Amino acid sequence: MSDDTTSDDTTSDDVILEMRAITKTFPGVLALKDVSLSVRSGEIHAICGENGAGKSTLMKILSGVHPHGTYDGEIAFEGKPVQFRGIRDSEHHGIVIIHQELALSPYLSIAENIFLGNERSTHGVINWNRTDAEAAKLLARVGLSERPDTKIFDIGVGKQQLVEIAKALSKEVKLLILDEPTAALNDEDSARLLDLIRSLRERGITCIVISHKLNELIKIADRTTVVRDGETIETFDMHGDRKVTEEDLIRAMVGRPMDHRFPDRTPNIGEEVMRIEDWTVHHPIQQERKVVDGASINVRRGEVVGLAGLMGAGRTELAMSVFGRSYGTNISGRVIKDGKTVTPHNVHAAIEGGIAYATEDRKRYGLNLLADIKRSIASSALGKVSRWGVVDPGVEATVAERYRTDLDIKAPNVDVLTGNLSGGNQQKVVLSKWIFTDADVLILDEPTRGIDVGAKYEIYTIINRLASAGKAIIMISSELPELIGMCDRIYAISQGRVTGEVPREEATQERLMRYMTMESDTQKEVTR
Amino acid sequence: MTSLKKILGGNVRQYGIVGALFVIVLLFQVLTHGKLLLPNNLASLVQQNAYVMILAIGMVIVIVAGHIDLSVGSLVALVGGASALLMKEAGWPWYLAVIAGLMVGALAGAWQGFWVAYVGVPAFIVTLGGWLAFRGLAILLVSRTVAGFPGGFISISNGSVTNSLGYIGNRDVVTLVLGAVTIAALVISQLRSRRTLRKHELQVEPLTPMIIRVVLFGGIIGAFTWILAGSRGGTPIVLLIIGVLIVVYSFVMSRTVFGRNVYAMGGNLQAAILSGVNTKKMNFWIFVNIGTLAGVAGIVTASKAGAATANAGTMYELDAIAACFIGGTAVTGGIGRVSGVIVGALIMGVLNIGLSIMRVDPAWQSVVKGVVLIFAVAFDLVNKRRAGGR
Repeated sequence: MSDDTTSDDTTSDDVILEMRAITKTFPGVLALKDVSLSVRSGEIHAICGENGAGKSTLMKILSGVHPHGTYDGEIAFEGKPVQFRGIRDSEHHGIVIIHQELALSPYLSIAENIFLGNERSTHGVINWNRTDAEAAKLLARVGLSERPDTKIFDIGVGKQQLVEIAKALSKEVKLLILDEPTAALNDEDSARLLDLIRSLRERGITCIVISHKLNELIKIADRTTVVRDGETIETFDMHGDRKVTEEDLIRAMVGRPMDHRFPDRTPNIGEEVMRIEDWTVHHPIQQERKVVDGASINVRRGEVVGLAGLMGAGRTELAMSVFGRSYGTNISGRVIKDGKTVTPHNVHAAIEGGIAYATEDRKRYGLNLLADIKRSIASSALGKVSRWGVVDPGVEATVAERYRTDLDIKAPNVDVLTGNLSGGNQQKVVLSKWIFTDADVLILDEPTRGIDVGAKYEIYTIINRLASAGKAIIMISSELPELIGMCDRIYAISQGRVTGEVPREEATQERLMRYMTMESDTQKEVTR
Repeated sequence: MTSLKKILGGNVRQYGIVGALFVIVLLFQVLTHGKLLLPNNLASLVQQNAYVMILAIGMVIVIVAGHIDLSVGSLVALVGGASALLMKEAGWPWYLAVIAGLMVGALAGAWQGFWVAYVGVPAFIVTLGGWLAFRGLAILLVSRTVAGFPGGFISISNGSVTNSLGYIGNRDVVTLVLGAVTIAALVISQLRSRRTLRKHELQVEPLTPMIIRVVLFGGIIGAFTWILAGSRGGTPIVLLIIGVLIVVYSFVMSRTVFGRNVYAMGGNLQAAILSGVNTKKMNFWIFVNIGTLAGVAGIVTASKAGAATANAGTMYELDAIAACFIGGTAVTGGIGRVSGVIVGALIMGVLNIGLSIMRVDPAWQSVVKGVVLIFAVAFDLVNKRRAGGR
């Protein structure tokens, strides 16, 4: 059975899932309006839309997280009407959802995780031989060579994602839902995962993939449904006569054509602001391991400098170790700021020295989600809104209000908790917070991760405005088009070493990727 | 419900607990045939529960920052014993003994703060150690009960503010004046925050909810003052101490950089570190602070009893922790307010005194308090879930 026959000769009999006229309201919010979704048996069906468009709500209804009765509309699975009361109900029918935030227990083994809640046991006593043997079989199916007794703790996010899929396979899944499966993965792991999803299709497993990464959707999806503002806008047939492009999808997602994905900026580059020389950082636990190895980079006024590298290359570690030694041990090298050697030994000193670092993981390291917008924005520069250690709430609110308007943070006022904001707006709060510290070097680590297309454009615009205002920007990103579209200069990093420096005009994905995948041995030969 | 929300200033969670206190007071007022709110009972409600409120103020900071302190009960005994011996054996004047007692508390806090902040031992472990060690030191120090303190020391917990302004009817004028000042301060603070908002051209809430709120809380304070003014002594001195602590610590937690950093650490420790908060220094001072407040509670306890014993303050840490959780403090840190835990402490206090008036067996009192603790937190969780919607 080839892909083409499945998608071309589909009749209504082939429909595995039919969601009809789904309407869901939360107190005061209409989340889904009369949404219909039809998924054919054995296809890869992509769903995309901006954050808050209703994708996740729709999937939560499908998987029973929002139980039958809390929404209007009907669901038919394999031709029969179904009413799920919880996740167990939907799993019983063969529908498994893998959430963006992985739900694995870090201190249990791979095998234990796969069969968690579904143990291979007789009368409550676990049969470990069977558990390990079956786990090994499932791992082989997803292409993992790890031993089943390896702790989840010891394997990377990419492999954890594969364990989740193995877990789904153990439940005899018919319809697998993947929510942003590649969001946390590097290109290599992403490619592997996409291959696996394709091979699942060949075995007759239907997949629904929610993703922001449009280029990936175009590669793997048979059909793509676009959701916007709680409504289904259009379902594209990806194998149709006319090739569906990213622009087609973006247009449907934002409701307007997006000619430029990156806003224009005329660089006005001044003198050097910061230079990092021969920077070496060792791993905090495996102290003999060099995570950053003799890296030297610099950044000038009004310049956006990119750091490209695969996951684990040491980009974040380089940035964090410079930012008040927040990462690593046995750090050596020099930081020269405005012509003077500085030694920011802690975060406070780094901030005082005019360096800001906006983390790649907003929720874990960036924001106190229990605090409101105004307190979050002031949190790194409380000295500027206080006197003698006493905060002036009026000044604090005024400052926050200014950033809310300037950066267009979508919230009715600055008393809204950051935990209630969408990813894009949370990121704007993080940027506001660091802009407010008056830093002249801003290190932005994955500033657009997990953010929808419209908000990305806004973040790019903010970054450009900062550069135009004379700030020096270091931008770390896993998305090469983003770096190429935004940066004046890009450093490539591989295994802790700077392996290349490419000016904007010469930057291509191929060239960067070549530097990013350079082995340290060959690198040594080159330098010698 | 939405209009009620607006009146209460959007903080339904906080006021849900005030409502619960109100219901419990009414319940015991009925069950005790009106004895609960008699003037003298109200005064002893304050005097007998002063220690919980003082400890809870320190504890809420510790819990919001993401820690716990199990040692405060033992520290109460150690401080009480130290002050008592300085007065009785060394012959120090009582006020110097009080200051020394507070310093013992601060030192004990510094000891624990050192291990938590600079070595990174979890606070649960460090203060469990303190719970054992401070109790042991108290036993070594106070082998026999030390009693017979000077009058000045005794009146900290048992005395009242001198009636210097006479009576209206049988009501103490000093108390009425203090009440009036408190209400005036409430009105002024509300008006000032409105003015600040307007000055900075920010959104100001409509006047009506503010007026209703002021009338409601002003009325509660007024009624409390009126009853208290009829009590034997008028305003207990310890109420003034508590009042000052409430005002100071509410300010510290809501308006100072220190308070902001406490909430930041509890809400997301990693984010706080990466925002430049010196978490080590913060942790150290948080424990010095609760140690000092445990010192205050130790003095108050010894004064109330008129004696220092080695087993004073037993289980006080749990009373304080319970008051925090009843008062809406989050177990995981990041959320909690001084006003909330004071209400939590009052709920515990009303239960104590109400059940005592009813002559309920202490064993059953303990059972009731345990169940109320669980109910309060469950009620809070259910409320939050409903309010959260999704």
